[in-house]
Amino acid sequence: MLSIVRERIDPRALEAQVRSDTCGGLVTFLGIVRDRADDGRPVRGLQYESYDEMALAEFEKIAGEARERFGDVRLAAVHRVGELQIGDVAVAVCVAGAHRGEAFAACRYAIDELKRRLPIWKKELYADGGGDWKPNA
Amino acid sequence: MSSVPRVRVLAFARIAELLGARETSLEVRADARVRDVWAMLVARSPALAAIMPSTRAARNGRIVDFGEPLNDGDEIAFLPPVGGG
Repeated sequence: MLSIVRERIDPRALEAQVRSDTCGGLVTFLGIVRDRADDGRPVRGLQYESYDEMALAEFEKIAGEARERFGDVRLAAVHRVGELQIGDVAVAVCVAGAHRGEAFAACRYAIDELKRRLPIWKKELYADGGGDWKPNA
Repeated sequence: MSSVPRVRVLAFARIAELLGARETSLEVRADARVRDVWAMLVARSPALAAIMPSTRAARNGRIVDFGEPLNDGDEIAFLPPVGGG
């Protein structure tokens, strides 16, 4: 399940959602705001916005696909929106599975598909002023 | 007679900035399609015309073609290329 929040993300709380006595492997991916754009231009932060209802539904599809591909894995994700500073966690994806193999694979699948498909948008806020909406490659 | 159909229009990111609004309500013709709603937005903010090739539309939360017909009360969203994560 996906949550979209405006507050700081707590990865430990997300991990607690997917932990289970049947799961021996848990993988957490954190996407963190860094201090520069892909072209090296310094940024002071990122601004995110989301079409919440559609994003939640699309993540449920992704979670279902992950279970079809990788077996009985438990997924949870949080995406933060609003204005984020360097070092803030923008997105967290946690996957627990019986073993590490399916947990790593399903976490990779979930974050890749989330970035590709969820109706969420990111504006780079440049250190020298201004900003630009940046689609994922 | 039924009233004139209205749709709720949602805009995001660059589209919202160009439009100057995130949400608006529009009256449409009974036989209107998604492309007619887009054309009304372009009439309001001509700079939107240039980004149509990269814009997708959703009707009530589902991605649709610009030729999709509309019903009264629909929520029509226009989505620029995504950048989450």
